[in-house]
Amino acid sequence: MKPLLNSLPETVFTTKVDDLLNWGRASSQWYMLFGLACCAIELMQTGGPRADLDRFGAVPRATPRQSDLMIVAGTLTYKMAKRTKLLYDQMPDPKYVISMGSCSNCGGLFQLAYSVCKGVDKIIPVDVYVPGCPPRPEALTEGLLRIQDKIMHERWLVKPARPAGDAAGV
Amino acid sequence: MEAQEIYSRLERQFAGQVSDFKGEVKEPYLTVAADAIVAVCCFLRDDADLRFEVLSDLTALDWPKEEKIQVVYHFFSYSRNHQIVLKVDLPRDNPKIATVESVWKVANWLEREVYDLFGVIFEGHSDLRRIMLPEDWVGYPLRKDYVEQEEYDGISTQRAPLVEKLLR
Repeated sequence: MKPLLNSLPETVFTTKVDDLLNWGRASSQWYMLFGLACCAIELMQTGGPRADLDRFGAVPRATPRQSDLMIVAGTLTYKMAKRTKLLYDQMPDPKYVISMGSCSNCGGLFQLAYSVCKGVDKIIPVDVYVPGCPPRPEALTEGLLRIQDKIMHERWLVKPARPAGDAAGV
Repeated sequence: MEAQEIYSRLERQFAGQVSDFKGEVKEPYLTVAADAIVAVCCFLRDDADLRFEVLSDLTALDWPKEEKIQVVYHFFSYSRNHQIVLKVDLPRDNPKIATVESVWKVANWLEREVYDLFGVIFEGHSDLRRIMLPEDWVGYPLRKDYVEQEEYDGISTQRAPLVEKLLR
């Protein structure tokens, strides 16, 4: 993450409002407790003590209304797809989405099945795709870091609208 | 009890309604007429020597060439340690059969699953709804002639062909 501009060490900090906002947002990406299949096991592992997503300020929240980040972890069926869209709509802006694993990226192993959605990006905009089947905790951590990078480049005072479906351009 | 013995008992009890016993396979099976299924199931459960306490599986097969859908019942008896498989042939264009929910409660969900994926109507079922697919799903996906819809509820079911993806 980009350090804040520090003009007088240990006394006064100066920074841009945008940077301060982004720094705060990037350091408190609360993700929704939301696992769909086997990737959820890796997600739990990532949140656990060894990979420890908490050290980046990402803590799990049990409701979409308190979450900033949705990690779609696992095979998305059409039945679940509708509910995923509903959960996404309930999250307050600014919100981000990580698509974790092959299944939520493109349907993965099950993409020929009649009941599996061919990628979560067919229903909600995705910021970062994490490949793997399932991705290791390190990969998901990398995904979160990419989200943070992306946030640090956002501008809020002069506001170009965030285009929907904007993929990770970091 | 051996499967052959079970079959001859059933034959005695339900003459003309059970047939086609095949005993030299791992799980011996026989065919039952559709309208006798509840009576046969009750007999299998209640007979003192048979005592099939468990309906361990209920599934179906689609045979488009033979124009039939075959419902398959797997029974197991813990107390007598024997098993048997019943098969019932139904016409493919109108598959209807009486529910065995009154015999084994577990049949409720199993029959809903068969209804969901094969479209077999279980008459007398207390709650015949789709169990796994969404309620508004079109078609029965495990039938051989199932065609996937272009989209489901506004979500496209199409995917880019892999080769095209590589060429891009």
